Amino acid sequence: MMTDTIKEINGARALMLALEKEGVREVFGLPGGANLPMYDEFTRCNIRHILVRHEQSAAHMADGYGRVSRKPGVCFATSGPGATNLLTGIATAQADSAPMVAVTGQVPVEFIGKDAFQESDIMGMANPVVKYAFQPRTPEEVPISIQKAFYVAATGRPGPVLVDIPKDVQSAHAQMRMVDGVNIRGYHPWVDPDTQGVERAINTIIRADKPIILAGGGTIISSAFSELQAIAELLCIPVVTTFKGKGAFPENHPLSLGPIGMHGHAEANKIVSEADCVLAIGTRFSDRSVGTFEDFESRRSIIHMDVDPAEIGKNQTTNVAVVGDVKVSLRIMIHLLKDRRISRDEEGAWVRHARELREYWQKNLKIHPGEMGAAKILRKLREVLPSDSVVTTEVGQHQMWASLFFDVITPGTFFSSTGLGTMGWGFPAAIGAKVARPDVPVVDIAGDGSFNMTENSLATSVLEDIPVIVFLVNNYSLGMVAQWQRTFFDRRMVGVDQQACPDYVKLAESYGAQGLRAQSIDELHAALQTALASDVATVIDIPIDPEEDVLPFVQPGTPLSQMVLPS
Amino acid sequence: MFRSRNFNIDSIAVGVTQNPSLSRMTITTSGNARQLDQIGKQLDKMIDTVEVRRLDEHKTVYRELAIFKIRISSAKDSMEINKMINAYGAKAHDTRKDSVMAEMTSTPDQIKAFEELASKFGILEVARTGVAALQRSGS
Repeated sequence: MMTDTIKEINGARALMLALEKEGVREVFGLPGGANLPMYDEFTRCNIRHILVRHEQSAAHMADGYGRVSRKPGVCFATSGPGATNLLTGIATAQADSAPMVAVTGQVPVEFIGKDAFQESDIMGMANPVVKYAFQPRTPEEVPISIQKAFYVAATGRPGPVLVDIPKDVQSAHAQMRMVDGVNIRGYHPWVDPDTQGVERAINTIIRADKPIILAGGGTIISSAFSELQAIAELLCIPVVTTFKGKGAFPENHPLSLGPIGMHGHAEANKIVSEADCVLAIGTRFSDRSVGTFEDFESRRSIIHMDVDPAEIGKNQTTNVAVVGDVKVSLRIMIHLLKDRRISRDEEGAWVRHARELREYWQKNLKIHPGEMGAAKILRKLREVLPSDSVVTTEVGQHQMWASLFFDVITPGTFFSSTGLGTMGWGFPAAIGAKVARPDVPVVDIAGDGSFNMTENSLATSVLEDIPVIVFLVNNYSLGMVAQWQRTFFDRRMVGVDQQACPDYVKLAESYGAQGLRAQSIDELHAALQTALASDVATVIDIPIDPEEDVLPFVQPGTPLSQMVLPS
Repeated sequence: MFRSRNFNIDSIAVGVTQNPSLSRMTITTSGNARQLDQIGKQLDKMIDTVEVRRLDEHKTVYRELAIFKIRISSAKDSMEINKMINAYGAKAHDTRKDSVMAEMTSTPDQIKAFEELASKFGILEVARTGVAALQRSGS
């Protein structure tokens, strides 16, 4: 390992040099007492600081940046409440395996444990929701902590890493060393490619009568789009995705049946219930995806490909496991299939059945009859938005309507907080995504409840010149909670009425953003075109019927085949 | 991790190893096959764990240390207690008129048997370590 020795500098300077060495160009953050020394360094380094109005948004911005760019996004916060404000964002990134490095200031070392002003035990609090946490106690430890943090965050199954730097460590000087490669005893993210596992997988699939491919979020993290498409076409196998895997496979492809799960496509849930073999790629078999664990694994063999060995057998009994980066595993599979000259060039009865299921449900699923029903407005969005646009969502009914009615054409352009389900994630994440991809339009499909949680990021979007579009599906309620109260609590509604507050057009304008209201499909079309042509953030307020439910619906504890369908 | 994943810790013992940069943590746990498999995998996933080994009871030497303070109510009891201490290969400490301490190093099963006998006289206090264990060579 080569080392560069830098002459005496302080911990804060070493921090910024280490970040620059990792290729960091932007940091999302908010300064405070305990991180003043690192903030001073922004006046003399090549990293742009993007100021937020709440640290939670900084974490979500770093998360959105990380998912889109596939490099860890970086957020800064001060000690105490600044650090604890990051926790929701850090937990969100962990639940969705998003790469992130969060750097917090901490009280000086001699004050740690004395209940100092703005002191919090962020190392203790973050422990369950990070991949790892570092707290350099001397200035020399700062650069190596950053290098290790990036290594951990970005490799294997990605995730958030915390670096907590006491203020006196930021100010103290030392001879700094940066290495050219890091090694952590106890962390081995790479495994040898499992060719034998892939062979067993192939043998299992070709013996199946009704195989399907289930592509999860890991397919997107691994960017295994062309490999997935090649395998599906070589073997002529229908493809469904989890909700997090939405966009792993183009949804206008003839073999695509869309997402499965609690609010998955009817045709997708049906085909997976009929399948006798599932090739599951980069998924963790969440309860939201599979209905019930016992039912999902009965009467079918499961082949599980995943980078994280701890996921094998965690929720489902697997017949064949292939551990490793799914892009690598799929490449081996293509190679072996071609070697053995295995392929199907015409569709058999099973594929025809899948296609018929899809055609039937695309035509016959009952949607809301109104002009501004959810299906219609989301299809309008898809119609007007360029297919390479990046789309994020918030959490709630609008998110599930996006699963059902917003088709993703360009793989890897759709992102959502699916693991933790964090309301307020989508808007700051869209801002982070736009920083990573300034060349494409970025849209946050939002509900009003969620948007309220992080709307102050409008200030960041406007002042920092990072224009995104907020497609606000507005029923002035906490719609998903309302739906559950209607369905499971006999329509006893509590705490779900937002009482027509605030006026989102005026809210947007008060931040210097553009506010538009669309009360007809034509107005929506025009608003979208205006927003796309605009160089400032735009909020499009779209009032919808507060009684519209998201259907189909697989109720908790029931198998995917028992969907509640619209009547 | 054990708490957040709903796994059980029956006992835990930690100490330094022959390599001062490494500690050995010995955890006794219980669960069904899937849970035990997951415990190993989740521990392995943690960056601070350098190696995880699942020990087979039959191929391992394992011991726990326990110190019992037992009540002495009469001279007759005192004699019975001393016989019991000797029978179990334990060591007596701090012998007083109304109590005695018994130090025992053995398997958890043996300690449990001693505890049941001792409880007839009255156990005033007990301190236990977790289990220390090493795998037999060649297994």
